[in-house]
Amino acid sequence: MSAPALGDLVCVACDRPLEVGRVVGSYLGQRFEVDLPRCPGCGFVYVSEELASGKMLKVEQALEDK
Amino acid sequence: MDAAQVKAWEARCTEEQPPACRAACPLRVDARAMAEATAAGDLAGAFAIYTTVVPFPAILSRVCDHPCETACRRAEAGGAVRIRALERACVEEAYGTRRRTVRKAYKAKRIAIVGAGLAGLTAASDLATKGHTVTVHEADAQALETLRHDHDEATLPHAVLDAEIAGLLALGVTLRCRSRIAAGDGPLGLETLIAENDAVLLSIGPGPAKAFAGALALGPSGRLVVDAETRATGRPKVFASGLHDGGEENRSAIAATSDGRRAAASIERFLQGASLTAARDDTAGTCLYVNVAAQAPRPPVVASFPDGVYSRAEAVAEAARCFPCRCLECVKACAYLARYGGYPKRYVREIYNNDSIVMGNRKANRMIDSCTLCGLCETLCPNDLAMGDVCLEARRSMVRRGKMPPSHHDFALRDMAFARSAEVTLARHQPGHAESAVAFFPGCQLAGSSPDHVARVYSHLCDRLPGGVGLMLDCCGAPAHWAGRETLDAEVRDGLVATWERLGRPELITACATCLVRLREVHPEMRVRSLWPLLAELGWPEGPRVASGRPLAIHDPCPARHDVVAQRAVRDLAARLGLAVHELGGAEHTTCCGFGGLVTFANREVADAIVDRRIGESDDDYLVWCAMCRDSFARRGKRAVHLLDLAFPPPDAGGDADPAARPDPGFSGRRDNRRRLRIRLARELWGEEPAATTDDPAPACTLIIEPAVRADMERKLILEEDVARVVAQAEASGAKLKDRTTGRTVASARLGSLTCWVEYDVVPAGVVVHRAYGHRMTVEAKS
Repeated sequence: MSAPALGDLVCVACDRPLEVGRVVGSYLGQRFEVDLPRCPGCGFVYVSEELASGKMLKVEQALEDK
Repeated sequence: MDAAQVKAWEARCTEEQPPACRAACPLRVDARAMAEATAAGDLAGAFAIYTTVVPFPAILSRVCDHPCETACRRAEAGGAVRIRALERACVEEAYGTRRRTVRKAYKAKRIAIVGAGLAGLTAASDLATKGHTVTVHEADAQALETLRHDHDEATLPHAVLDAEIAGLLALGVTLRCRSRIAAGDGPLGLETLIAENDAVLLSIGPGPAKAFAGALALGPSGRLVVDAETRATGRPKVFASGLHDGGEENRSAIAATSDGRRAAASIERFLQGASLTAARDDTAGTCLYVNVAAQAPRPPVVASFPDGVYSRAEAVAEAARCFPCRCLECVKACAYLARYGGYPKRYVREIYNNDSIVMGNRKANRMIDSCTLCGLCETLCPNDLAMGDVCLEARRSMVRRGKMPPSHHDFALRDMAFARSAEVTLARHQPGHAESAVAFFPGCQLAGSSPDHVARVYSHLCDRLPGGVGLMLDCCGAPAHWAGRETLDAEVRDGLVATWERLGRPELITACATCLVRLREVHPEMRVRSLWPLLAELGWPEGPRVASGRPLAIHDPCPARHDVVAQRAVRDLAARLGLAVHELGGAEHTTCCGFGGLVTFANREVADAIVDRRIGESDDDYLVWCAMCRDSFARRGKRAVHLLDLAFPPPDAGGDADPAARPDPGFSGRRDNRRRLRIRLARELWGEEPAATTDDPAPACTLIIEPAVRADMERKLILEEDVARVVAQAEASGAKLKDRTTGRTVASARLGSLTCWVEYDVVPAGVVVHRAYGHRMTVEAKS
């Protein structure tokens, strides 16, 4: 089963579709800004499985080995 | 990490020691590498290896007295490899391809060499290659006069000698024949040579040396007095080869070549103003371990041509007889050590370098955390090097410095915390007893894998042993130890001691080989024994058995590789169940199931490679006596049966039970099993109803999970209770997303150091879980 498409995701609390916006990622004391889907109302950020097990995992591992 | 300890570890690995052939060769020809290239059909490559150290390959490949073959370890298994014949075949194949280059010297020097024998010409070749201006003076009409006399034309044709000399001249060496150097300061006088050159090498025999009496010191036998190590004479700038070191007369071509090379190396040092003696690696011999006994004898290839020269095909076949000499005993047996393409000495160095990095990437972190610490390498190593000791010390160092990657062991340590929590631990005297002579300590994995066996073994022990049999459901702390967490390890130790003392310090009986080793190591004050020899003494209880009609191969748990008493007891117990069991290469050489050292958490690929390799050793079902081994095999699809599965089959299974098909309960299943076991035993044996034992119980939530999704969660180390927490939190707070196309809910929650995401549907029967995954990074919308 494929992962949800960005255009299909709606924040239930705000009843608003997600939009790509600026997000702050942090791990092991490092902070960086990236563009990710998030609710324009409450700021709920969505991380897809593809991102979590791909690029995000690589960054986590790189930071762990610093 | 302690540098001295690291050096001591490195010194134990012999893999970088030279093979015997190379160690025996005065020129250190890498015959092993040549044989490997030749066996692969690359004779030109082998020739290139040969000519990196041999100045006159066409000569030496014909007349070398090959000390390498005397040392060759293949001699112990069919006959030494015919190394010189291989060298000759390479020369025949590739001599025409030789390209020699002359380095451009920063400051070229003038060197005079007296004597155009093999030693003198070797020195000329070496020094000319370094870019110096070399002139060779020969009293005779032509160079290499001795070789021309010593060997017949068939063995060493003059045309070959002339071709080698021509190659030398092509390097820019000037050869002056009929140029006899005498004492004094005439045009061909020694003093003139010394004055006009930066260095002079007298490469002459003892006879001609007498001509220089007075100018140079002569020994009692008329030889020049030279330093054996450096070939320096008493006079500055003047060196001598030509077997003047007073050693035994040896006119072998290889000895003469080596002699000339040694003198040339000293001259080069002298010209550069460097020490003549510092860091000269003259060590001969080798301690490379080679398991020759494992090699089937194979006789040498006989050349079909009467002159003994191998054809190309014969050379390839003969080269394939070279083992080649390497140790790699541990690497051959361990999927982890084989994984990284090296051997312990290199790994130790990489691990130490990893430990010493101040800034930059620590590339060996995962490698360090991928060792199962199982001890097989130490058992196989001729010098008892234990990579587990190295990796464990590295892990401790990483933890001490805050450099341990959190993702490697977090899950395992959380699991250990659960196994030590009030939800699943229990310590009680036997019902009806006020004290415990002994206490059963099954270990957390047996409780997690097959809780019923814990209950039934406990009942059996209570029936057969006097004095009260206490029960201790707890964790021995192995995960903390394996993770290098010394503080946590100590905390576990103190907790266990307190519990044990509350029970009145009974002797502990453990079913787990890891618990046995850990408890004995950490708690010298405790008496701890293995369950299995005790069961062998007590006998199995009466009752139905599972008759395994299939042949069984026995797999011993790695912590018990040296526990001969337990190994025998298990085999005895199996025999008493009527089982036909065969060995998998013996208990001492058993391998880890991949769980040891927490590898399954830090590097699933390596853990799988380790267990899959073990699985590949036999198609038969495996008989095991460690719950974790059983579950690891089951996880990878191998039919494996625990000894207790056969002795204590499920009461309702009748004779149809197939315990080898029991699936791996998985991490969530093991947690549930431990919870249920504690509740059941507390209720049935001690009449205690479960009290709230945790402030944060898993939400009561019926999860409906397809097997494929469950397996995916297991691989990602996501527990069902994690999923339940995410769902409960999202449903309570309303903070969740909806997929408009599928109608599914997507939600996340931060659980400890992990953000867990779940894609689910709420249905009347419960919650259908479609997907779960996690990440460690936190993300927040920028305000």
